[in-house]
Amino acid sequence: MPPAPCRGLMMRCLRNGFLSFAVMVWVVLLGTSAAQAQDLEKALAGFIADNFADTDSATAAVAKTGSPLAISIIEALQDGRLLFSGEQKQVFLRNRAGAVLDAATGKPAANVPADLSPVRVNNRVRRAIDAALGGLTLLSPDPTRRLDAARAVFKSKDPAALPALLAAIEKETNPTIRQALTEAHAAVVLFQADASEAAKIQAIGVLRQRGDQDALALLSSLPDGTPDGVKRTAQDAAGAIQTNLAMWGGVQNVWYGLSLGSVLLLAAIGLAITFGVMGVINMAHGEMVMLGAYTTFVVQELIRAHNPALFDYSLLIAIPLAFFVAGFVGILIERGVIRFLYGRPLETLLATWGISLILQQAVRTGFGPTNKDVGNPSWMSGAFEVGYITVTYNRLWIIVFTMTVFFLLLALLRFTHLGLEMRAVTQNRAMAASMGIRTSRVDALTFGLGSGIAGLAGVALSQIDNVSPNLGQGYIIDSFMVVVFGGVGNLWGTLVGAFTLGIANKLLEPYAGAVLAKIAILVLIILFIQKRPRGLFALKGRAVEA
Amino acid sequence: MTNPVKTVTRRTVLRSGLATAAGLICSPAIISTARAQGPIRLGILHSLSGTMAISETTLKDVMLMLIEDQNAKGGVLGRKLEAIVVDPASNWPLFAEKARELISNHKVSAVFGCWTSVSRKSVLPVFKELNNILFYPVQYEGEESERNVFYTGAAPNQQAIPAVDYLMKEEKVVRWVLEGTDYVYPRTTNRILEAYLKAKGVGAGDISINYTPFGHSDWQTRVKAIKTLGSQGRKTAVVSTINGDANVPFYKELGNQGVSAKDIPVVAFSVGEEELAGIDTRPLVGHLAAWNYFESIKTPANAEFIKKWKTFTKNPKRVSNDPMEAHVIGFQMWVNAVNKVKSVDPDAVIDALPGITAPNLTGGTSTMLANHHITKPVFIGEVRGDGQFDVVWKTPDLVPGAAWSEHLEGSRDLTADWVKLKCGNYNTVTKRCGG
Repeated sequence: MPPAPCRGLMMRCLRNGFLSFAVMVWVVLLGTSAAQAQDLEKALAGFIADNFADTDSATAAVAKTGSPLAISIIEALQDGRLLFSGEQKQVFLRNRAGAVLDAATGKPAANVPADLSPVRVNNRVRRAIDAALGGLTLLSPDPTRRLDAARAVFKSKDPAALPALLAAIEKETNPTIRQALTEAHAAVVLFQADASEAAKIQAIGVLRQRGDQDALALLSSLPDGTPDGVKRTAQDAAGAIQTNLAMWGGVQNVWYGLSLGSVLLLAAIGLAITFGVMGVINMAHGEMVMLGAYTTFVVQELIRAHNPALFDYSLLIAIPLAFFVAGFVGILIERGVIRFLYGRPLETLLATWGISLILQQAVRTGFGPTNKDVGNPSWMSGAFEVGYITVTYNRLWIIVFTMTVFFLLLALLRFTHLGLEMRAVTQNRAMAASMGIRTSRVDALTFGLGSGIAGLAGVALSQIDNVSPNLGQGYIIDSFMVVVFGGVGNLWGTLVGAFTLGIANKLLEPYAGAVLAKIAILVLIILFIQKRPRGLFALKGRAVEA
Repeated sequence: MTNPVKTVTRRTVLRSGLATAAGLICSPAIISTARAQGPIRLGILHSLSGTMAISETTLKDVMLMLIEDQNAKGGVLGRKLEAIVVDPASNWPLFAEKARELISNHKVSAVFGCWTSVSRKSVLPVFKELNNILFYPVQYEGEESERNVFYTGAAPNQQAIPAVDYLMKEEKVVRWVLEGTDYVYPRTTNRILEAYLKAKGVGAGDISINYTPFGHSDWQTRVKAIKTLGSQGRKTAVVSTINGDANVPFYKELGNQGVSAKDIPVVAFSVGEEELAGIDTRPLVGHLAAWNYFESIKTPANAEFIKKWKTFTKNPKRVSNDPMEAHVIGFQMWVNAVNKVKSVDPDAVIDALPGITAPNLTGGTSTMLANHHITKPVFIGEVRGDGQFDVVWKTPDLVPGAAWSEHLEGSRDLTADWVKLKCGNYNTVTKRCGG
């Protein structure tokens, strides 16, 4: 699916039902002629050869006939419903209801041959389909279609679409579509051999206003034979766009950094509790993330099997379940293993490392070693543009989710009884115990909470990473880095640490490459820890010694 | 004092006992009859845990199926086959240890295994020292030919070069982004591709090479960079040697940022049916992969294989892929070679294998060449909405695998021939074997 471009348009939902009816009406109004029918028959012959070059030219030829059947034929080709019979040398199409029609006449086929197979498409043919449909649907009553058409013409720069384009601009009332049509018109004019210099310079103005990467592409690839004056204006415009885009590029990198930072934060925040608050080095933290992701997978599988309509809510359902599954496993680990090892960091490290391997292999045996398909709900797919930066929905929602989890956790520590006990145990275990706090219960709950939050991270990560038994391994090192850098025992430190590392990484990456950027960050952290061994936000006072 | 008679008696008994035992162990005649009754053992050296389990477990399963199948047909040389499965756990040094265990302790006649190039390099010395056979089923970077290894996956000229040719011809691509994971296979393949593209007249400014770490999961910056490179008015394609886990987030990001195959096609050399099983492929329709086998290819042999595979794994959704076919061919070649020389002795089988043929699943017949690579057809497939591939192009004939690339300085003059020259890196200029 391309990034849904028309979310703003009100009539999107009318698309399917209304459209086919409207196209039919339009089609009938245009009427048919015998010459057209002959042209169409000739053009259709190109589909029988079953090679991509012929299909490509046949698509353009069908569009050119102006036949009222052209749209339905090309749409059928797009959906794999255009069929041909090599024996009878005839082309058919299966309409959406499943009936087989004769493509040349649009009437139900009298005898359907046995050797029907769909006309195959590849990227080249898909481009031809887009160009053809673009020219044909500029006057469609559906605004979404018209916008798509305008964009298709912008790409194809097909001079044949010019008359339809002018008519469409004349009639268009929606400002967004009108703008798109004007830009498409500018693109066509700029690449049209016989357009006047003045018209071309005006077109450059329109493109300069558009100012994005696509406009830049057009301006910097003018065809041979463009007059010098036009070339110079185009160069100026391209220069201006480039400067502007470079500035936006910086903003985009910061956005990427925030997004990476939020992923790091989400993965590290559970660790900040178990490692930061309890002082337990939990190498199985990544596997809690993985359990959360697999919970999401199981939820989606059940929904797919029993109630596909709920699919868009699958993540919302998975969130509490993942929290409880991972939290429960966390409590089991704490009660079963870690509580015997308090105060022995090396043994804890090895024991939890072992647990992480056991969990990985258990999941591998249970679910199989291959990646699991966790789908994106519709509200998490695609992207939109803010200024000239692209914001993908899944990243945006992950940032929102991370911040929600962070502040809920902060509130839990600050305002609840459990939070109070947790803080007390952190600050002075012996004193808290003598005041009547059951420290072992608090330990178990704290560990469960940290693990549960890792499970929540798993739900989010299932949307951007692959769900496999190795999922957690990729995050454990980064999580420790964030916690150590931010300062042990301080959630705010984790927050600042995660975003600093994310943004620094993403600002370095375009210049140094992903591998070097990662190394550079590691070196920086090592140097930083030399200077400030307790991280960005060090705890002060007696708690430090506890 | 000891009783001399008694001592002699005891010694005699001991001696004769030892001698009988030694005779039993050493006599070749007795050994071969003893072994003839027992099964022929085949080693399976694929990671069943750790990072590579995702790809390699399938290959273990397919080997078990092939062996079971062969046993149902009566085995080989009248003896049953027995699979010895070990788990090197995605740990490269462990590959060497497990290979040694298979050959020394389990006395296997041949080993089918390895996925990553580094694991293959790690077991090489063991196979040379203990003189055994390794069938390596994965596409790799070439620049190697060993007496003890038979490469049934694609060499670069059987995958990368034809894919680039296709994009140049069919998609009129003039600008190339070579995107890879940072290790030996992508680096060597990209070196070959860069030399090839430059020889074809592509300017240095139109080739962009970039590497990311293993398991890279944040692709925002790279996808944006690809988008920018691709929208400067020059038709751009991405050649991806991204490996393993990093692919899913890469493709998800491509889909989300709306990089359509119509504008910037991505051709991948490590992404097959198995990898796509973890992604919703609808946003990826039209992106490409180059392989020597696709599940969607319609031949009777393939249909039969898929049916058997699904029955064997008891999973109707289980997909098949290229390295699996490589094992099918490799196993059949081993069986044919053993039947030819009527022996499972590694030396005899190594000498017999070149020239041996076996049907592949796409309707042709592959031949083992003197350089220990095989002939294969090359297919270019476009991703479909259901996670399968539509073949949009294929080579007219089988392509012989080249161990040494003709596009690289230093490798151009080398040739591998284990039949006449008995050498894996014979220099045709200096007329010497590099050894």
